[in-house]
Amino acid sequence: MNSLTKIIKYSFYDTWRSWWALLYGLFFLVISATLLYFSGDFNKAIVSLLNIVLLLVPLISTVFGVMYAYNSREFTELLLAQPIKRNNIFLGQYLGLTLSLALSLSLGLGITFLLFAGTAEESVHLGMLTLCGTLLTAIFTGLAFLMSALFEDRVKGFGIAILIWLFAAVIYDGLLLTFLVIFNDYPLEKATIGLTLFNPIDLSRILILLRLETAALLGYTGAVFNKFLGTALGMVVSLGALLVWIFVPLLLFLKKVQNKDF
Amino acid sequence: MAAIFQTSRFILKTALSVVLLLAGQVVQAKTLPVSPTGEIRSVKEAVRLAQSYDTILIASGIYHENDIEINKPLTIIGRQNPVIDAGFKKGIFSVMAQNVLIAGLTLQNVEESFTKNYAAVRVRGGGHITVRNNTILNCYYGVYLEQTDSCTVRHNYIRGNAKQESTSGNAIHLYRTENITVADNKVSGHRDGIYLESSSNSTITGNVSQNNLRYGLHFMFSDNNSYQRNKFIRNGSGIAVMYSRNIIMTDNLFEQNWGAAAYGILLKDIVDSRIERNIFRQNTTGIYAEGSTRLYLKNNEFRNNGWAVRLLGSSEDLTFEENNFIGNTFEISTSTNYNSNNIFRGNYWSSYTGYDLNHDGTGDVAHKPVRLFSYLLEDIPTSVVLLRSLFIDLLELIEKVAPVLTPENVLDNQPSTRLNTWKS
Amino acid sequence: MIEIKNITKAFGKLQVLKGIDINLEKGKIYAFLGPNGSGKTTLIKTILGLNQPDNGEILIQNENIKNNWQYKSCIGYMPQIARFPENLNMMELLGMTRDIRKTASDEEKYISYFNLEGARDKKLKNLSGGTKQKVNAVLAFMFNPDILIFDEPSVGLDPVAHLKLKDLMREERDNGKTILLTTHILSEVEELADEVIFLLDGKIYFQGTVQNLVQTQNESNLERAIAQLLLQTEKKSKKLSFQAA
Repeated sequence: MNSLTKIIKYSFYDTWRSWWALLYGLFFLVISATLLYFSGDFNKAIVSLLNIVLLLVPLISTVFGVMYAYNSREFTELLLAQPIKRNNIFLGQYLGLTLSLALSLSLGLGITFLLFAGTAEESVHLGMLTLCGTLLTAIFTGLAFLMSALFEDRVKGFGIAILIWLFAAVIYDGLLLTFLVIFNDYPLEKATIGLTLFNPIDLSRILILLRLETAALLGYTGAVFNKFLGTALGMVVSLGALLVWIFVPLLLFLKKVQNKDF
Repeated sequence: MAAIFQTSRFILKTALSVVLLLAGQVVQAKTLPVSPTGEIRSVKEAVRLAQSYDTILIASGIYHENDIEINKPLTIIGRQNPVIDAGFKKGIFSVMAQNVLIAGLTLQNVEESFTKNYAAVRVRGGGHITVRNNTILNCYYGVYLEQTDSCTVRHNYIRGNAKQESTSGNAIHLYRTENITVADNKVSGHRDGIYLESSSNSTITGNVSQNNLRYGLHFMFSDNNSYQRNKFIRNGSGIAVMYSRNIIMTDNLFEQNWGAAAYGILLKDIVDSRIERNIFRQNTTGIYAEGSTRLYLKNNEFRNNGWAVRLLGSSEDLTFEENNFIGNTFEISTSTNYNSNNIFRGNYWSSYTGYDLNHDGTGDVAHKPVRLFSYLLEDIPTSVVLLRSLFIDLLELIEKVAPVLTPENVLDNQPSTRLNTWKS
Repeated sequence: MIEIKNITKAFGKLQVLKGIDINLEKGKIYAFLGPNGSGKTTLIKTILGLNQPDNGEILIQNENIKNNWQYKSCIGYMPQIARFPENLNMMELLGMTRDIRKTASDEEKYISYFNLEGARDKKLKNLSGGTKQKVNAVLAFMFNPDILIFDEPSVGLDPVAHLKLKDLMREERDNGKTILLTTHILSEVEELADEVIFLLDGKIYFQGTVQNLVQTQNESNLERAIAQLLLQTEKKSKKLSFQAA
């Protein structure tokens, strides 16, 4: 086992054992079980769950990411005095936190699914939701870590990380709508597809909706979206875009901390 | 003058029938057997030899024939499923007489043509034609009725192999007909499943029309027809009905008509019609109405459609009563400057958020079935990418508290809090 | 053992280290003194590789520490404030560092030495500040490193533990270790330090034994000597600023 996996292991242990990781997982367990139990309609439950996942996963990842990064500052210094590569410390902490968050989420959703034992198609939907949730966790934890590295002042770092979340979750869509209203007379489908690639929350939402509410999305110009995002190529491009959203902030973060003074 | 002429024609016609009937009694109607090894080996030959009212019995086997003209009353029956194969040259039966019955045959491989409407059974003029229990495969048109009346097309299985709209024909095609019954047929793989143009007083019952390239059912300028207990499933563009009045559509199923321009049913300029007890399930749009007036929609079920109902243009005097709207992304969507006198009463809306304090099954607050987002979508179709976005949810919340954009007058004042039930 | 050659370091516009040159030898305790902001902590963090110097180089056991992390296996470090992953217990924390360093360790000896038996299975967040500081001390000593660095080690320690820590430092010095220490407690310096390095304004202002320092300032004890040093420097900097004006 190299030092990276050791750091991952211990920061995973550390976060996984705290009460909030449990609470986080439990929350998704209760919410998904309740939705499935009371709606009785799997697709409807998944759609409601989608809204919750898209809202909360990025927010919680951001909040915990920032808190973890700032709170572990002193311990990080202790680690930096140990014979380990710098990158391994920070990458390890990032992966440890991301893993424990993603695992809480997956267990919460997964246990519900086992309880209600759905069909193969339904498990694909749920798998897709879990996958997108995991990717969003990785993205927003990374952004939070990057902010913590860019801003010494934790209030500032926290504020800006929350702003990023708010921008991706709400403001971006407002701007997108404004854009669509203004340029309504032009063929905008391709531009719109392009623009959704720039917001991981939108991208995840569309990826899942294309599988669920095909009827509504297929209608009208929805066909264009389905033609692109619904195909294997579109799927690869979208997942690729989500991966870019993970790697770019993470690499910037690692680059930043590589030469940072503590 | 004209009246006198018509009356005299009627007398002449009646007299003729009586004479023929008497003749039938005198000269016993013959039965001509056709078989690959028998005396008469082709249907065409049999038709040539036959007298009016004779029966041609076709034995099992494959007959490579086309363009069989029938110009006298005949009964043509296949025994043990004989096959008539046109080999992609012209059509098969061309009927221009009264009282013809074609049954029990497999008719296949009719030529595609841009200029001629080749069909497995082509009826022009005449009347009282029956086409039943046939299997019609890979034909340009299946059954094509033109300028005829009182015909029955029943229990046929018609499957085409249509690849593109421009080079394919319809399974059952009615043009300028009267009093036709189309019942219990299964049609698929054509351009349109069942097509009516300028045809009235017909009954379309119990058919299954699925996987057709364009429309499962398509009619225009066809008044006083009824469509009952049919199933229209997975057709390229669903159903389109236009420019007709006095239509009755009951107990039909419209399902999985998905696509950019697919509708459970597209109503264009439909007037004075009733749509009852139908099921619209998983269509991009359940009902799309444009310029349609005085429609009565009762006891229909709209389930899991993208849009349950879209009302565009001047669709007025529509009554939606005791329908069930369940799990549709959008319930009612209207065009932007919408102002109409449509009535919604006693419908069940699964998105209803009101309450029913006295538990009488009627919600105490009115339901507004038009979402802000559907309203946006009519104007800016591309904004569909924002479906279920948090931003849109927030906008809708604001709109709900203080309505600005959504039409004030589209609402159900007596929404049902329980699913409506009915007997079909 | 440690050769520090002309190290400079600035944080933004603030020049914190302005050319530090020292050699630190085996078997000695070095006390780094100086007012707040004089560059003590920065220097120590630079030796530990937490900061990167702008200029100059540091050799530890003849190895340049630039872009190097392996050299840290010969250093034990006890930071000023102890903050650990909250949900691990002490043994897991020690196990983790042992996992990382992969060298022989003797944590049991130091656990009993610092009376930490009762803290073994407690979550680290439930330990008092002083206990955490003792855990920090265990971490510094357990790998028997050649170099030991203490940043204000007395903060939060109870008198007994403090005494024990000092004993341990002396013992390790006698075993030939190099020990670096920053502190504000002058008695600690008098008791322990073989050499005092007085930093001022990013430079070494004085280097020598405690005795030396007291003598050069013509004072009776270390406290007065240091005060004297500070007074002198204040005058000097005033003079300088006058000249500049």
